[in-house]
Amino acid sequence: MKFPAAIFALPLIATLHAAPTTLLNVSYDVTREFYQEYNAAFTKHWDAEKKTGIQIDQSHAGSSKQARAVVDGLAADVVTMNQDSDIQLIADAGLIAKDWRSRLPDHAAPYTSIIVFLVHQGNPKGIRDWSDLAKPDTQVIIPNPKTSGNGRYSYLAAWLYAKAAGSDPQQFVTALFKNVPLLPAGGRDATTAFVQRGIGDALLTFESEALQITNTFGAGQYEIVTPTSSILAEAPVSVVDKVADKHGTREAATEYLKYLWSGEGQQLAVKHFFRPRSQALLAANTALFPKLKLATVDEAFGGWSEARKHFKDGGTFDAIYQPAKP
Amino acid sequence: MGKRFILPGFGLTLGYTLVYLTLIVLVPLSALFLKTESGGWQHFWNTITSPQVVASYKVSFGISLIAALINGVFGVIAAWVLVRYRFPGRRLLDAIVDLPFALPTAVAGIALTTLYAPNDWIGHLFAYNQPLGSFISPQTPFGAWLATQGWAKDFLGREGLRIAFSQLGIFIALTFIGMPFVVRTVQPVIQDLHLDVEEAAACLGATRLQAFTRVILPGLLPAIFTGVTLAYGRAVGEYGSVIFIAGNLPFKTQITPVLIVSKLEDYDYSGAAGLGFVMLLASFVILLLSNGFQAWDNRRRGVA
Repeated sequence: MKFPAAIFALPLIATLHAAPTTLLNVSYDVTREFYQEYNAAFTKHWDAEKKTGIQIDQSHAGSSKQARAVVDGLAADVVTMNQDSDIQLIADAGLIAKDWRSRLPDHAAPYTSIIVFLVHQGNPKGIRDWSDLAKPDTQVIIPNPKTSGNGRYSYLAAWLYAKAAGSDPQQFVTALFKNVPLLPAGGRDATTAFVQRGIGDALLTFESEALQITNTFGAGQYEIVTPTSSILAEAPVSVVDKVADKHGTREAATEYLKYLWSGEGQQLAVKHFFRPRSQALLAANTALFPKLKLATVDEAFGGWSEARKHFKDGGTFDAIYQPAKP
Repeated sequence: MGKRFILPGFGLTLGYTLVYLTLIVLVPLSALFLKTESGGWQHFWNTITSPQVVASYKVSFGISLIAALINGVFGVIAAWVLVRYRFPGRRLLDAIVDLPFALPTAVAGIALTTLYAPNDWIGHLFAYNQPLGSFISPQTPFGAWLATQGWAKDFLGREGLRIAFSQLGIFIALTFIGMPFVVRTVQPVIQDLHLDVEEAAACLGATRLQAFTRVILPGLLPAIFTGVTLAYGRAVGEYGSVIFIAGNLPFKTQITPVLIVSKLEDYDYSGAAGLGFVMLLASFVILLLSNGFQAWDNRRRGVA
């Protein structure tokens, strides 16, 4: 475990230089570029307001892995995750106050994304909605819901679609996953399989990831299909109380997170293809973020602790692969 | 005992060895054991015997065995060539053998996937509309027959033979990482095998086949066995390269280490530790077997 040790060392070196306040933001994989820009913006804002200077360090990896690292002692002042349950894990370990969800607006999630389909240019298979993905002779790439937040959201969105359509959700997800030729461990692996390896007719991923592909290297090769309904993935943030109090960084950490809801923070979220919380901004960008029927995990499943039961051993996801009893 | 050693310091060195082994090996392993126990034995038993987990043992242990056996044949040939013959580029070839040791396994996995994925260099050669893949195309009688076979379903993709993301891919990755173990264990033994032994066999009227099966092979067998067990042990625990090339589908291409990671994602630490414990036990048994065989063989041949 050399890696976390190196992260510990970073803020340490910064303090030795008698530098200004230092914050460590522990985040998930695909926010790297967003936070690089946001940190620069926030540093400027902080300097202008407080004139004390601030430095922000970052750590990125899979969301759940990061949550475990914080529980195991990674000294994060703030955590910015892609799933409620990852912050709850840290709260359950006593590092974050129980009421973290209500300390910031919008259930403490400054930006969101939804699950969409990425298909090949021209949509050769004519995929329009969830039901098309479950048709025979269609191949769909979904990351493993057991190891990836991305996969969990996709699975839950499919489940919701079937439920709303009045069909048996278990049967629907079974038909859907019959069309899944491989289960990559994480969201980025799935993107690689679809884009680089050319496997599958559709990739299920976050809108933010899909927009990044169609607006950068995949321009002209892929297009996004927004289904009639999807799940609203809220990306929650929180101050890690125990660590911030020990470092004496509570004020800076709180301000760092609050600024995500500012005009500038929300603009940057849009720039990196996250759906902003600002209704005005969202309305101004309907070309990027089309309107559709959305539900959060809380609304549709009664919270993550309930939703996660689908992925427990012997849950509905395991049932898909259970061979028929003789 | 009572035997005098030329160099003193038995007590000191044994002390160091024990401390070193304890710190590096025993402490982490006991932690694993304690973590396993923390979930209760019922949970442990349910975890390690659930159908999906049992299926992953079959994939992990089964494919590793095939890969190790293949290495047992071709690794020995490679070692033989490297020792017995002189040809240009021999040293280079010798160095290349170690590459799977040195390469980060993730790099190996990505490289192999890049080769064998359906639209990549080697993978696309096995598409049904390519000469190599046309043999198994459903349009040919053989391909049509193959398509009706249950065991082959996993390998036959929409457009061609599936190498990456099927069990074939796992097999290739495990063969790749296991190869140096066999070559490097067998090589020194072949080096010690003097040519005059073969000549003597020939003089005494042995045919080439007899010379090989009666004279050379018995001498090599323990080394081959050790090499194969080492390659097997390594393959069973391999994660880095397999994760990229396996499709990770439950009951088909999911190896046990992947299940450990998925247990961790589910915050099921004791379940993950339980699976780790099973893998540990398996490795230990494999190594014990290997050591035991060597000791037995040494006694049999009156070495030691």
